[in-house]
Amino acid sequence: MVDSRSWDWDTGERHVSLDSLKKKYRWVEEPYASPDGETVAAIVNVDEGEFTVCVNGEAWGETVFDKIWHLRFSPDGRLTALVSELGEWTMAVDGAAWENKFGYIWEPRFSTDGTAIAAAVQQDMRYAMVLNGKPWEQTYANMTYFAMSPDGRHTAGAVQVEDADSGEIHKFQKGSFTAALDGQPWDMRFVNVWNLALSPDGAHLAAEVRLNLYDYTIAVDGVPWESRYATVWEPVFNPVTGTVVAPVREKGMWRLVENGKSLWDRRFVQIWHQMFSHDGSRLAAIVAPKYGRWTVAVDGEPWPATFTQLVTDATFSPDGQCIAALAKDEETFRVVVDGIPWSDTWDMAWQPVFSPDGKDVAAKVEKKNHYTYTVNNRVWSGSCDAAWEPVFSPDGTHLMLRTVEAGNYVRRVVPVSDIVG
Amino acid sequence: MAEPSKKEATKVVDEGIDVGISRLTEEKIQSVINSVIDEETGARLKTYVETCVHCGLCSEACHYYLSHDNDPHYSPVGKVKQTIWEMVKKKGRVTPEFIRQAAIIAQTECNLCKRCAQYCPFGIDIAYLMSVVRRIIHRLGVTPLYIQDTAHSHSVTMNQMWVKGDEWPDTLQWQEEEAQAEIPDLRIPLEKEGADIMYSVIAPEPKFQAQLIYQAAVIMHVAGVDWTMPASMGWDNSDMAMFTGDNELMGRLKRTHFETAARLKVKKIVMGECGHAFRSVYDMGNRWLGWAMPPFTIVHAIEFYHDIIKEGRIKIARKYKPPITLHDPCNVVRGGGLHEKARFVAHAICENVIEMHPNREHNYCCGAGGGVINTGPPFKMTRITGNRVKAEQLFGAKTKGAEVLVAPCHNCHSGLHDIVHHYEIGLDIKFFGDIIYEVMEKPA
Ligand code: SF4
Ligand code: SF4
Ligand code: SF4
Repeated sequence: MVDSRSWDWDTGERHVSLDSLKKKYRWVEEPYASPDGETVAAIVNVDEGEFTVCVNGEAWGETVFDKIWHLRFSPDGRLTALVSELGEWTMAVDGAAWENKFGYIWEPRFSTDGTAIAAAVQQDMRYAMVLNGKPWEQTYANMTYFAMSPDGRHTAGAVQVEDADSGEIHKFQKGSFTAALDGQPWDMRFVNVWNLALSPDGAHLAAEVRLNLYDYTIAVDGVPWESRYATVWEPVFNPVTGTVVAPVREKGMWRLVENGKSLWDRRFVQIWHQMFSHDGSRLAAIVAPKYGRWTVAVDGEPWPATFTQLVTDATFSPDGQCIAALAKDEETFRVVVDGIPWSDTWDMAWQPVFSPDGKDVAAKVEKKNHYTYTVNNRVWSGSCDAAWEPVFSPDGTHLMLRTVEAGNYVRRVVPVSDIVG
Repeated sequence: MAEPSKKEATKVVDEGIDVGISRLTEEKIQSVINSVIDEETGARLKTYVETCVHCGLCSEACHYYLSHDNDPHYSPVGKVKQTIWEMVKKKGRVTPEFIRQAAIIAQTECNLCKRCAQYCPFGIDIAYLMSVVRRIIHRLGVTPLYIQDTAHSHSVTMNQMWVKGDEWPDTLQWQEEEAQAEIPDLRIPLEKEGADIMYSVIAPEPKFQAQLIYQAAVIMHVAGVDWTMPASMGWDNSDMAMFTGDNELMGRLKRTHFETAARLKVKKIVMGECGHAFRSVYDMGNRWLGWAMPPFTIVHAIEFYHDIIKEGRIKIARKYKPPITLHDPCNVVRGGGLHEKARFVAHAICENVIEMHPNREHNYCCGAGGGVINTGPPFKMTRITGNRVKAEQLFGAKTKGAEVLVAPCHNCHSGLHDIVHHYEIGLDIKFFGDIIYEVMEKPA
């Protein structure tokens, strides 16, 4: 977790002009705000094939790159981007490129505290993961799914270990893929390997596997569960016990299983995005209890309220007592907390955020291209051209709102009571 | 109606089918057929089987039947009789040789184009029945090689053409750079969370036809659209798994696509000019996952062009001169009702639009659809000789002056190309995007 106690939580606002950049550069791409709100950055085009990042109005170091993309702040506030120079690619962190360069780099990942950064890389048509600038020793003919442990010490990928040229269907069906942890492949081969999960300590790796064209299961540390299913979805580790839980499909219905044994009695038309509370005591998932109806099920019990289009971005409160999610009916989104939808509807909404004590919930929302925030079902009076997710102060009394208003980036700290009354 | 008259004239060799057949036993066949019929089909199959009165009214609808001089082997109900009815009647007790024929019929002699369903007094959907056969063929491991390989590509890469993780964003950046030579501040915004639109395409675009992405980027740029493309899996909206009966894989592909849109917080998915992908996203894949309707508004390129032209977001500098004729892709016309919008676009951008006959929802399929073209070279002639009527229809339009054939669907495009070439019709084939890019006002 990132420690936000040292951030400035005094009520007030600060502005950084963004419009003035537009005069300085050929174009300015969409801005990104740092987690502490102190910095706003955007990729800017200096001239043909010359890019830099503008950070609070200043250029990013000395280097001008041939191309920059995927600008993101890591959770610990470092500014990262994928950059290319003289036809080679790498990651740049706070303006400095990693020493190692690659044929290509994509899909960066951050550890929970932001101290570790990983990405997928290609060099000479061989594939590997790179962690903090250091690529795996082993490289593979292809790599398709990537994972990083929450502590940032381990990376994993679904890798191709046997050549099976396109058209060699029977060879392919014998299995040419496996999973690799920190570059080390499992012994067993699979037809497919998808959606990897690493245990919290990074010691164990689980993945969805297809054993032939029809039999699916979960493999943990290279060993498939004994049970076979019509198909499966992504596994997750219980953060406390280390057991692995995954949705599986049988006879047209889905249920949750743990280490290959039934977990929830109830079957659903769909189950996915299962998640544990931090203490591992509660398990929730997004489910379709009926065809065309979506909701959240907690410990096997679906919320009575269901939604037609989509339920997404479910999240537990820090103490695991509450769950917030987004629900879409027709074209509009609402925030839903513990099964109760809030009254206002939005064209788009972002994952709700709980206060540290779990009592307050805030979310970034948008209607007709105007962004604002909703907190405990009350809407903030501001209307912005862009916004980032709200951040609660460590004591939960204040919210930091990062927005773009009238050509300026604004960092604003407001008392929660100002919004909820 | 007469009984099916003849077997395949020439025995094709297809490694997917042949190796699959060599591994079959009659017990295996029986258990798979009965499991699919009992556990996966429900009332629909039963109703269709019980309702059909064998009147043969559907025959005249099928281009294979018409192109083979009304050979009942190729009539819609004939295909059903030679496949699923026999399987139902015999409770799955059929031979490997029967399965070989069923695989060839269901995978290569039916485009799942649904034209016949419009002619059946009971609305029996032969395409659905052929899909059930394909499901059985998949479960038996007898799917033709080329389309099976495509399904494997989907399974590994979540795209149709084995495009690797780096190749996709790299291609987009290359196209962006190319387009910047024309419009210096043009962008292909990757991973732009909160954009209005996610633009998704099928894998042949980055693989072979990157200029289509270039053109789309120019259209988006000029129209001032707030758009993005994902840099990770989920960008490809195509789905051959839907056509091999690998429903589990179809669901996985569509989940990846929809969840990419959800991750990017877009409001709509705009799809390139592809028909089968529309069917997969708008009808088949979403339903398999439990969505009655797709979780996001799906806008096919035809509708997207219609809207931006109508709203004046792009302007036509000078209309396209050569007379065009318009092919209505089954999946977006019979399946999506976009025929009038297609005509609006055609007339807005072209001086002279010559209708082929029949047209709109009665149009003949191109013969490539339903994954037939994806069964590859072994069955190329099956689809070309099976669509002589399409050649005649196109020739009719050509006689009236058409010089260019517009086909707003990738599969149609390729299939029509083969027909135009084989029957020496002499029509240029274009996408709407090709013409719009050519005739629209662009920044000087
Ligand atoms: S090709 Fe079309 S018309 Fe012919 S049987 Fe199949 S769905 Fe019916
Ligand atoms: S499917 Fe319909 S039209 Fe065709 S034979 Fe049966 S009842 Fe007649
Ligand atoms: S390829 Fe085109 S005409 Fe052919 S079935 Fe698809 S949409 Fe229909």
